[in-house]
Amino acid sequence: MKCLVTGSNVKVLGKAVHSLSRIGDELYLEPLEDGLSLRTVNSSRSAYACFLFAPLFFQQYQVATPGQDQLRCKILMKSFLSVFRSLAMLEKTVEKCCISLNDRSSRLVVQLHCKYGVRKTHNLSFQDCESLQAVFDPALCPHVLRAPARVLVEAVQPFPPALAEVTLGIGRGRRVILRSYQEEEADSAIKAMVTEMSIGEEDFQQLQAQEGVAITFCLKEFRGLLSFAESANLSLSIHFDAPGRPAIFAIEDSLLDGHFVLATLSELDSHPQTLHAQEEPQRPEPRLPAHSTPHLDLDDFAADDMDSYMIAMETSLGSEGSRALPSTSLLPGLQHPCSSSPHSEEEDDDMEPSTVPGTPPPKKFRSLFFGSILAPAHSPQGPSPVLAEDSEGEG
Amino acid sequence: MKFRAKIVDTACLNHFTRVSSMIAKLAKTCTLRISPDKLNFVLSDKVANGGVSMWCELEQENFFSEFQMEGVSAENNEIYLELTSENLSRALKTAQNARTLKIKLTNKHFPCLTVSIELQLSVSSSSRVVTHDIPVKVIPRKLWKDLQEPTIPDADVSIYLPVLKTMKSVVEKMKNISNHLIIEANLNGELNLKIETELVCVTTHFKDLGNPPLASENASQDRNSEQMAEVHIDIRKLLQFLAGQQVNPTKATCIS
Repeated sequence: MKCLVTGSNVKVLGKAVHSLSRIGDELYLEPLEDGLSLRTVNSSRSAYACFLFAPLFFQQYQVATPGQDQLRCKILMKSFLSVFRSLAMLEKTVEKCCISLNDRSSRLVVQLHCKYGVRKTHNLSFQDCESLQAVFDPALCPHVLRAPARVLVEAVQPFPPALAEVTLGIGRGRRVILRSYQEEEADSAIKAMVTEMSIGEEDFQQLQAQEGVAITFCLKEFRGLLSFAESANLSLSIHFDAPGRPAIFAIEDSLLDGHFVLATLSELDSHPQTLHAQEEPQRPEPRLPAHSTPHLDLDDFAADDMDSYMIAMETSLGSEGSRALPSTSLLPGLQHPCSSSPHSEEEDDDMEPSTVPGTPPPKKFRSLFFGSILAPAHSPQGPSPVLAEDSEGEG
Repeated sequence: MKFRAKIVDTACLNHFTRVSSMIAKLAKTCTLRISPDKLNFVLSDKVANGGVSMWCELEQENFFSEFQMEGVSAENNEIYLELTSENLSRALKTAQNARTLKIKLTNKHFPCLTVSIELQLSVSSSSRVVTHDIPVKVIPRKLWKDLQEPTIPDADVSIYLPVLKTMKSVVEKMKNISNHLIIEANLNGELNLKIETELVCVTTHFKDLGNPPLASENASQDRNSEQMAEVHIDIRKLLQFLAGQQVNPTKATCIS
């Protein structure tokens, strides 16, 4: 395998690697007929990211030398990122970047040809691996939002950088609403500030969703793709479905495309299961930080299917050249026949026990968009009854 | 209890934002006192133990184009709220290009100060609305007496400070050498910032600062205008105060 990237595309490649590094610790590199694919997934499998660079992106693109097997390799994200760490340096001094696989020494060689005759060669060790493919299809998602990256950057600007999760939905008047999502902690006396941003429909290139739909996902992971889209000046589309189903964030242009698939919080409400018979089984046990006590009623959930809350992954050796967008496959959860009580047997609590930073633990989902917030079980603390009432409505 | 106010002028908004950033740097939690013509930010700490206390007063009509409030009762027409100062500062910072900013006291399952900002980033973009719900705690009337304006005791010397930025950079360098700073001032417009350790003694002299007119004339007549009054203070607390200054004061007075 040999790819040669020149000029400003080197920085684009570097930016893509930065975006991917926000998601996972390992980079899966696979040269395909369609282009070079860079993929990663986070450790809890709740976020998957993939960039595909078309052959035209490269000055030279050679998938495999004759006689060589098709390569799939897995590299430590930190190692690969270190080559592209300084984007300013890439822009100013790097003229060409050559990525090749050296079979004999089993090293991935990344060579940067810089100004003034300087050449930097990085020999990165890799592991052979299976192809990482997430099973998802944007065409199956009923709701789509598309806007220039700039609009979405402005949309997330009011939120603190540390905010983990955000809820995106359509509110009254077809306004797109982003709202900070706070975990409800019954014992916390200090409530957090809630921020909401509302944007008019006209700022969106496409808005195909009804009022009231909403999903909650990890903002930190989304910011990774957003910063790439902003620097490349592309539009970003968000394809989503019911809460609990993964949301697909996509960008594309003639030379590359990128997909981030993020799990969303599932709706945990007290309605009987029959109302949501078609819905994917709920997420199992919340992964809460050790000090707080889980207060969700797990008896409500019949399903404990570990795969269903993860983005369905396929790791198959035989998938030659196929892109990660098979047109007909669905998430495994949905393919199970939906009986009236989905998944009545409970599997063992075989969950990953450790908390994973950046992964949204399942929590109560609050329906926010028509102003109602499901009441927390506790009343506000304070020495005296609450005297403040709503100041009179809009002027 | 009701409170509702609106700012439409950009300069007022920026000034208010800077004041709230300054408060956020000085104190994590502070009390906001709302009365018919003023807004106060209060922090009261155990001054006897070396704590810091702060009182900040804003004339409401200098900032707000609309201001309506209704206090706890007719005789006590004031509202005291406790909030995390950083929340207010962060909320106001998102109002950089705002057309209007509204603040309301609301009750969304717990009392909140809702800051609602209308933005129009460019002619072609839609009008955007950012809302921040800042949780607040209503302070009961019986605790109001601890949050009144501190009385400034009769001073031996009162002096106008030099440019705060200069003072800050001097004090910052001194902090590495000692924990305590000695401030000396006299009625002749001279101020010294001094640190003393076993190994070294460093003094920075400021001259020709003015002195504000003293309240009690009797005290000043007895006093030799060259005689220095001195205080020892904790350097870090002073630095915290100086670092927080974002509003350029016309006068900063030091009283001892």
